[in-house]
This record gives sequence, structure tokens and C-alpha cells, in this order.
Amino acid sequence: MSALLFLAQTVRIAVPYLFAAAGGAIAERAGVVSLTLEGFMLGGAFGAVLGAHYSGSAWVGIVSGIAAGLFLGAIHAAASIRFKADQVVVGVAINLFAVGITRFFLQLAFDSSSNSPRVAGFAGFGGAASGAGAAFLENPLVWLGLAVMPALAFVIHKTTFGLRVRAVGEHPEAAASVGVPVHRVRYVAVLSSGALAALGGVYLALDQHQFTDSMTAGRGFIALAAVIFGRWDPLKAGLACLLFAGAETLQIRLQAAQLIPSQFVAMIPYVLTIVAVAGVVGRSTPPAALGKTGE
Amino acid sequence: MSEARGRLRATFEEAVLPPLVAVVVALVAGDLLILAYGQAPGAVWRMLLEGTWGNGYGFAQVLYKATTLTCTGLSVALALRAGLFNIGAEGQLAAGGFGAALAGLALPSGTPAWLAVSVCVLAAMAAGGAVGAVPGVLRAKFGAHEVIVTIMMNFVVLALLNYVVASKLHVPETLHTSTVRAGTVPRLADTVAAFHGSAANWTIVIVAAVTVALGWFLFRTKAGYELRAVGLQPMAAEYAGVRVGAVWRRALTLAGALAGLGGINFVLGYKGYYEEGFTGGAGFLGIAVALVGRNHPLGVALAALFFATLSQGGLAINAMVPKQIVEVLQGIVILAVATAVPEVRRLLVSAAARVVARPAPPAAGGSAA
Repeated sequence: MSALLFLAQTVRIAVPYLFAAAGGAIAERAGVVSLTLEGFMLGGAFGAVLGAHYSGSAWVGIVSGIAAGLFLGAIHAAASIRFKADQVVVGVAINLFAVGITRFFLQLAFDSSSNSPRVAGFAGFGGAASGAGAAFLENPLVWLGLAVMPALAFVIHKTTFGLRVRAVGEHPEAAASVGVPVHRVRYVAVLSSGALAALGGVYLALDQHQFTDSMTAGRGFIALAAVIFGRWDPLKAGLACLLFAGAETLQIRLQAAQLIPSQFVAMIPYVLTIVAVAGVVGRSTPPAALGKTGE
Repeated sequence: MSEARGRLRATFEEAVLPPLVAVVVALVAGDLLILAYGQAPGAVWRMLLEGTWGNGYGFAQVLYKATTLTCTGLSVALALRAGLFNIGAEGQLAAGGFGAALAGLALPSGTPAWLAVSVCVLAAMAAGGAVGAVPGVLRAKFGAHEVIVTIMMNFVVLALLNYVVASKLHVPETLHTSTVRAGTVPRLADTVAAFHGSAANWTIVIVAAVTVALGWFLFRTKAGYELRAVGLQPMAAEYAGVRVGAVWRRALTLAGALAGLGGINFVLGYKGYYEEGFTGGAGFLGIAVALVGRNHPLGVALAALFFATLSQGGLAINAMVPKQIVEVLQGIVILAVATAVPEVRRLLVSAAARVVARPAPPAAGGSAA
């Protein structure tokens, strides 16, 4: 029973990471730096609440959340691909923009600087019933979240589109010379990244039945850490998400015991990622053309 | 000679046009948002200017905010001059503030002011520098990408500081340490009565001196020349005998120290203690400041004034439109500069190519346009 609860809580924490990391993996595999996951998630969360609030339906919230992610993804894509702006700078700008624009419209739509009113969600999930087993199985986003990494692994490794994504991420000139439309593939990858990461935010917002200011709280960067720690491979990145979520669950469970200060558990993803990129235990190497904006 | 002047003009255009484009884009976007909120743009902009540059208090607040932003901006700019991206200024700034507070708490209360402030400044720079050294060393030794390491370091540092303050050093019921015994920096308002009530303090003079010193270092010393050479062409610099790894290490350590210096402004100049979350995004905004300031110390200081005006201006206009509008505008300014820089360069290059490709115009008609 306890093991089952542990698993349920881990999955619940992992779902937003899985969506966002999937978004990060596809954009970075196509050679576009993904510091934007945090902003995409925040946009998705706010979009979901707007849609769910005005329609009364969580399903509309999913659609409007994805739309918000596509909007931010389109900005990222246009600036990075069309205008060849520095992708790191664009990422920082989009994260800042997302915080500002959600706060502005939170004020405009709900006349509040902290949170939206309560909106529809799926089943009786979240809130006081935290940890309750059965209810969260009714949330379609949970199942989608668990399926997203295997699905992405299939797309990247087994389909023509995936081959093209890998080609433009590793060697765009070679890809272009055999007729791969480099820009178009990257546009699709970045837009998908926006939609996927936004779903992570949608899940968060619908789970809590509201939008609160800056509610993603760094989860986009944990997802990015998972992508890097998973060496840009969807399945390994997915496992990294579960690992990070498991550590958080453990920390919540052990909180009463005070064995390890919570801050040290919170550091785990970041420290592991630093160790991974430093190559102390097996080097984590990014796609060769990552961040290159040249012709 | 006219060729040299032409090149100078092209350099000037490349440096100044993108920020101008960005400001225009931000103004237009701001107009739209203001209209969306049902207010008149002209009135809001006027209110923003009056609330910042139009009165003593507002102006002093702009100076105060610009001081911190100059530090984080210089930090990012210096690293960029060495070809490295420092996204870690937020954590370095926090560490600097914490270092300053620790030093101020450790010193006996009778310490002479000049000595106490010097010790605290050094402590702030050492703390920030230590945080910056980590990505520097990892980059130089293992080739670890500094963008990833600096991002991750932010979270590690903030969590560590949170642990130390929350479990050891905080005043009960608060998220801050107790007040330092020595090393506080006096307010400008003590000297200029019009600044009354503002947090602006003499840290600004220290930071101004550092800004000038950094310009001298970058453009007048051998080490600065090497740093810029590494930033432009690491392979060529290596071939010319520069130890690229050492330059990277030094650049990121120094960048951390610069961001750490900014911690003085809040901790010693304003509150007198270290407080959880005092950085409030100033480290990330430093990226915008460096970008708009085109990585030149003077440009960075001007850009810091611009962003400080926006941020203080948000408070001034909050009665008419939500102050969050300035956060949106900050994001738009960064996006606009980031896209305008390569675009302007491309336009200038293609314009230059057209001039070269065309046969030289007759001397008399050449000066038009």
C-alpha cells in the first residue's frame, strides 16, 4: 500500500516534468536551445485556466493551454530560426515575457495579482485528497504524460521526421544538402516543444484548479536538467524525470523524520546535471549543432 | 581616412541601432497593452517619466535599482566578452549579499567605517567570485558548458543559502539575518535632501568606479585584450599563445565577483541584513542590461538606468495600468534587441556589399544620403 502511494505521488510530481522534458528533448535534438521550458509551462498553465474558466470545461483548458504554448513557441522559433537571434538570450527573454504577460492578464482577466478563481479540473484530483490513489487515474493527462516519452522515442528513432530532426540537430549542412528543409523541421520541433511543455503547465493548473503567480516554480529547469542528465535521449530523460520526482516524494515522506534538510533534496537534479555535463561519470554531450544559428 | 570614418560609423550604427529599434518596439507593444487596459498611452508614459526622472525620490530609486543592475550587467558583459554566457548572476548576486552580511555580522561594532566597508565589499566579491569560479573551472578543465552549469548553480546556491539562513542565521519569524554590526553604507539622502525616503546609497560610487576600472581593464590592459581575443576567436588566441582555459576561469570568476558586488547595494546600503529573495530577478535582468548595453561598461551603465527606469516606472503607473506591464516590456526589449542585432549586422553588411559592388559614384554626387 505504502509503495503504491509512493509510486502514485511520484507519478503525480513527474507528469509535468515528463511533458516539459519531452518538449525540451525534441527542440534540442533539432538543434534549438531550450531554456524556454519554464516560460512555456507558465504560459500553458495560464492558458488552461483562461480556457477552463470561460468555458467551464477542463478539455477546453487543455486546448487553450496548448494554444498558449504554441504562441510562445512561435515567438521562440521566429526569433531563433528566422532572425537567428542568440537562442540563450531568446530563452531568457521568453521566460521573463511569460512571467510578465501572465501577471498582466491575471490582473486584466481576474483582477488579482496572485491567483485566478477556481476552475474545472479532472475528477476530485488534488487538494485535500493528496496521495489518494484511484482518483488521479481519471486524469487523462496523467496517462498522456506517462506515454509521452516512449512515444517521442518512437518518433525520434523510428520515423522519417525523427531522422530529420536528428539530422538538423547534428549536421544541418549535410541535412540541407540532401534536401531536408532544415528551417521547417526546426519550426515544427520548436512548436511541438511549446505545445508539449505547455501541457506540463496545463496539468499543474488543472491539478490545482487555479493559476497562481509563477506557479511553475522552476519546474521547467528541472525538466531541462532531466533532458541533459538523460543525454538528450527521450527514454533516459523520462527516467531522469521519474528519478527527480522520486527524490522529491521521498523528501516529502521523510519530512517529519528530518533526516536530510529539504534544500539538499531539492538540489539533487541540479547537482546531478552539473556532474553529468562535467563528464565526471560519463560525459553528457549535446547535439552537435545545438545553438548554432548560422545559415 | 574616409574609409576609417566609414568603418567607425558602421560600428556606431551596429552598436546603437539595435537598442533604438528595441525601444521603439517596446513603446509600440506598450501602447497596445495600455490600450488593452483601456487607458491612454500618452498619459501613462508621462506618468512613468514624472514618477521616475521627474522627482527626487523617483530619480533616486532609479539610481538605486540601476546600481544593482549595473553590477549584474557588467558580470554578464564581461563573461560575454570572453565568449561565455553567465546565466548565473542571480545566484552570484545572492551569494555576494550573503558574504557581505556575514562579514558585517562578524566584524566588531566599533570597526572604522572605511575598513568595515572595504572588508564587506571584498567578502561580497569573494563570495560571488567563488560561485562564478565553479562554472569557470568546470569549463576550463572538463569542457562543461557554462550555460548549463551557471543555470544549475543558481538553484544550488539559492537552496544552500536558504538552508543556512533558515536553519542557522535567521531572526525568528522572518527570512532575514540580524542586522550587521559594521559596514553599512550611508544613504545618499543624508547628503541630498531631495532623495529623502529612497534606498539610494553610496554603493553607486563604488560601482561607478568599478565600471570605469572594468572599461580600463578590457580595453587598456594585456589581460583584457587576451580576454577579448579569446571571446572572438578562441582557437586563434590559443595559437597566439594565450592560455584559453585560464582566461575562461578568470573571466567567470571575475564575472561572479562583479555580480556579487551588487549584493552590497541591498544588504549594506538599504536593509542592513541579508534577506531571502532580495535579488528579485536582478541577475537575470543583467543579461538584458548587458545585451542592450552591447557589452560595453558605459553602455551597460546606461542600459541599467533604462531598465531601472522601467522597473521603478512600473510602480509609478500602477494606479493606471498594472505594474506588471513593465515585465512584459522588459521581455520584449530583450527579444527585440536579440533579433535586431544579427538583423542590423546583416543589413549593414549587405549595404556595404552594395557600395563595393557598384562602381564608385562621381565625387560630386557621392555625399548624398
